Amino acid sequence: MAGYDRALTIFAPDGRLKQVEYAMEAVKKGSACVAIRGKESIILAVERRSAAKLQEPRTLNKICLLDDHLALAFAGLNADARVLVNRARVECQSHRLTVEDSPSVEYMARFIATIQQRYTQRGGRRPFGISLLLCGHDPDGTPRLFQTDPAGTYSAWKANAVGRQSKTLREFLEARYDEDMDEAGCVSLAVRALLEIVESGAKSIEIAILRAGTEPEMVPEAVIQAVATAAEADADAAGGGPAAAAAGSE
Amino acid sequence: MLACRALTGSGPAEASTAGRLTGVPTGTFTLPSTADPAAFASHHFNVYTGDADGEHRMKFAKGTTTLAFKFKGGVLVAVDSRSTQGPYIASGSVKKVIEINPYLLGTMAGGAADCAFWERNLGVQCRLHELRNRERISVAAASKLLANTLAQYRGYGLSVGTMITGWDKTGPQLYYVDNDGMRLHAKDTSPFFSVGSGSTFAYGVLDSAYRHDMTDEEAVALGKRAIYHATHRDAYSGGINNIYLVKEDGWVKVFSGDVKDLRDAFDAEEAAAAAEGSSSSSSSGAAAAAASTA
Repeated sequence: MAGYDRALTIFAPDGRLKQVEYAMEAVKKGSACVAIRGKESIILAVERRSAAKLQEPRTLNKICLLDDHLALAFAGLNADARVLVNRARVECQSHRLTVEDSPSVEYMARFIATIQQRYTQRGGRRPFGISLLLCGHDPDGTPRLFQTDPAGTYSAWKANAVGRQSKTLREFLEARYDEDMDEAGCVSLAVRALLEIVESGAKSIEIAILRAGTEPEMVPEAVIQAVATAAEADADAAGGGPAAAAAGSE
Repeated sequence: MLACRALTGSGPAEASTAGRLTGVPTGTFTLPSTADPAAFASHHFNVYTGDADGEHRMKFAKGTTTLAFKFKGGVLVAVDSRSTQGPYIASGSVKKVIEINPYLLGTMAGGAADCAFWERNLGVQCRLHELRNRERISVAAASKLLANTLAQYRGYGLSVGTMITGWDKTGPQLYYVDNDGMRLHAKDTSPFFSVGSGSTFAYGVLDSAYRHDMTDEEAVALGKRAIYHATHRDAYSGGINNIYLVKEDGWVKVFSGDVKDLRDAFDAEEAAAAAEGSSSSSSSGAAAAAASTA
């Protein structure tokens, strides 16, 4: 029939959506992100891929602010992320205007996931090659962490990882996550997790801390370096040997 | 009612078609018997543009008295029940408080159908919000949804002057919304609204007797008194006084009575107060006797 717009994403005979699965493969190639929800704050940590020599590293931003109280990190296609983040930012303000209250984290996760789902079903366009970790505090102060994926599903997590080596990272987190961790504990866990997979240590890690009622804070590199050093020392101490003696004398 | 004629070829404009068969309709609309029906309708039923030559305009004035005020016990809503078409009283028992859902109320002033329909529509939107977000909608958001809807229809001749009230996470709240898309929040500095042709009288009573720390009974009495005085003086208000109280667990209807019974009750009250006042200046024995017979 003329004018019939056949969606690019169609079912395979075994019931799978291949395009969505390929999109998830694209996500697995993106640089790693880790998010950890503590008792009151949330830590967002991303692997910063080394920039080319002539590239300005400041312009490669993987942690995006959606609103005063919401931030996200993504893994996958940068350009797709830019489009989604832009729409989410507009929706945050639209929600504030219509409802006279800031949107809850779940509302924004649902909104973004709905857009992602739409692109798997209508319009003849390919899905977004993005998984994102959306963090923030609800209007009542509860910290929340949500993950969305190219299929358009979203769910809440206590700690999660997306992107490169996300399975390894998630197992690392599962073994060490503790619901009662304070902010410092969460930062340390995030650093240790990323140190497992990044190339150049603390220089490749970017961390943001989200606290209720204040804007997200980017952790300075010196602090990350200190945490990384301490973490390495702890690891050595746990392993025993001369490093343990050095750590003991600090 | 305007005299109308059908386009059947029998009017003066169709004189030139006298040769045709009469009684065969050449159009499907009945039109007023004037040269330019569109201009006639626009001139006489233009309800919103506010242009200067509107003396003969049929104003859909909001002939009613509705009021609501916030106080320490929640929100009190008091309305009359008269519906008028010009000087004709169409109904004396209109329900001017619309129960949007168990914790949100809306009042009706202006076009009854407009208010009823759009507040019912608001109820639908509120329910969808509840289902999607797993929590009740705030009064601020509900009133904003209605105000945005009415603003979309600005210029289409809707006539709505309503107050949206309820008790949400932030406490008891009250908003005024009208067909111009205006939306006002009742703050502590101005904790009440009154809408309709009788509102001026109601405001007089509320301004002089309102206190934030009233008991529920005092608030109900104030609502009754304000409606009574408005219905007494305003021809377009009357009938039955309905009073609702908005509490933390939802609204409750606390009173429904004819306004002429209100007058009798107030008269009896005043007589009792007068008797007590005069007896206090005489001896205590005579005072007791006088008070018991008042």
